[in-house]
Amino acid sequence: MRPDPGSPQLTRTLALQIRRHALRMVTQARASHIGSALSIADIVAVLYGAVLKLDPANPRAARRDRFILSKGHACVAVYAALAETGFFPRAWLDSYGAPDSPLLNHISHSVPGAEFSTGSLGHGLPFGAGKALALRRVRAPSRVFVLMSDGELDEGSNWEAFMFAAHHKLDRLHAIIDYNKLQSLTSITRTLGLEPLADKLRAFGWAVREVDGHNHEALQAALGEAQPGQPSALIAHTTKGKGVSFMEDQVAWHYRSPDAAQLTQALAELEAHHA
Amino acid sequence: MRDAFIAELVAQAESDDKVVLLVGDLGWSVIEPFAERFPDRFFNAGVAEQNMLGLAAGLASEGCRVFAYSIANFPTFRCAEQLRNDVDHHVLPVTIVAVGGGLAYGNLGYSHHAVQDYGLVRMLPNMLIAAPGDPQEVRACMRYLADSPGPAYLRLGKAGEPSLHAAPPRVSPGEWLTLREGDGSGRSFLCTGTTLAATLRRVEADPLLAGHAVHSLPLWGARHKARQLDQLAAWQAIVSVEDHYADCGFGSWLLEAKNAAGIDTQVTIEALTPPPAHPLSPSLPEGAPTCP
Repeated sequence: MRPDPGSPQLTRTLALQIRRHALRMVTQARASHIGSALSIADIVAVLYGAVLKLDPANPRAARRDRFILSKGHACVAVYAALAETGFFPRAWLDSYGAPDSPLLNHISHSVPGAEFSTGSLGHGLPFGAGKALALRRVRAPSRVFVLMSDGELDEGSNWEAFMFAAHHKLDRLHAIIDYNKLQSLTSITRTLGLEPLADKLRAFGWAVREVDGHNHEALQAALGEAQPGQPSALIAHTTKGKGVSFMEDQVAWHYRSPDAAQLTQALAELEAHHA
Repeated sequence: MRDAFIAELVAQAESDDKVVLLVGDLGWSVIEPFAERFPDRFFNAGVAEQNMLGLAAGLASEGCRVFAYSIANFPTFRCAEQLRNDVDHHVLPVTIVAVGGGLAYGNLGYSHHAVQDYGLVRMLPNMLIAAPGDPQEVRACMRYLADSPGPAYLRLGKAGEPSLHAAPPRVSPGEWLTLREGDGSGRSFLCTGTTLAATLRRVEADPLLAGHAVHSLPLWGARHKARQLDQLAAWQAIVSVEDHYADCGFGSWLLEAKNAAGIDTQVTIEALTPPPAHPLSPSLPEGAPTCP
């Protein structure tokens, strides 16, 4: 029997494809940030496989949901999801890292399906709030999802936007926080502690839920949940480098790219885990 | 100038429901005509310029024509990266409306002096600088922006500037407006922004300058240098006038345009000079340990 469209079985398969593509892309490009991409692979798979209302044949359709990757350095996960869901040919992924590739190493709005170029942190949520404000004015059914990192919450611009969105009751705005507890040099706790994060966001007026960011059933239930009159924040507890044993929870894989042997091992681990 | 701006904005908003005004908690006694008439298109972003510029870009990406109003340094230097990445790089129809260009805020001090803003904005390739010289040029620039939406920086004085044109002139990026013809000696003052009125008064009052022409260049920016070549070549000598530091300013932009074309028009820059440095010395009690 075929699984239902959007079922956890299918989104888990999409997550596997995203992880495979991401690993191959950063290896061939000798690029960084594989840990960040693996951290969000399940969230991105559930979004593109089951939550976002999108039309790959018409990436700018007025009634689409908007997805903004604020942690633009994790772009390979989103490029892979866009290719797997038909926004552009999978072959484009092979160009990652080439001088003339449209797939820049931070997400680029020149790629079909990518709403907004980021790369510097703290830009996605204010932009998403502006979109939500504009869409409400025209009574559009669209929702706006902004996927952010935890380290990114150091940026004050996010807290400006948290205040604004709650004050203006932007209840079609969804912030997803990839809470893998690591930032660029070391852990969150040893850099600028975020706890109590859920309480902070509630105090800012947001409807807050917490979820295991690698559990597809839980993600499907939580993503898109909304309270009338409040913007929604989903704190997704994740593991940086998820799915590849030697990358998990290691700051080094924010920077390193795998060699051929490491790629082979990583892909084998993914297959074994999925089977 | 502020009144001409808001009157023109209200008129545009009447016919275009995509016009949205954001303010950074500024504009008391200026923005009320818009806020009262179009409450659903007016948002006070609070004292939070990074978010205001991100909001502006987000709104514009959904088809709104956004005006973001504040005192000149705040919607530029405070959130320079939002202007660079969110607005300019995505080529979105957001106009930064900066009040208090140059030294208009006088004794309010350095925080309020906009004397490096051209330098920041003119590095951004898609930004159009709109620095009108009088209220009629404000109206003309606003009408140009309505017809040609894109990233723009509208730099206003404060209030009470005299009208120097009888009616809103036709304006186009890079094109000089003639305020005074001169006597054919081939010398002209080329002004941008609110230096225009004082320059006209000066030329009219000083017999030594009697032969000079006076021009205004309200619309310029990184993409409009080539348009300068013919206009510069028609003059033997130009004095550029701006209320901005010479570094990275208007005259500097003009010289870059001139040098690229190898024109031999003499260009003299009249601009502001930074005051002498006034360092803040750390006050340490006698015998206190010092930083290693």
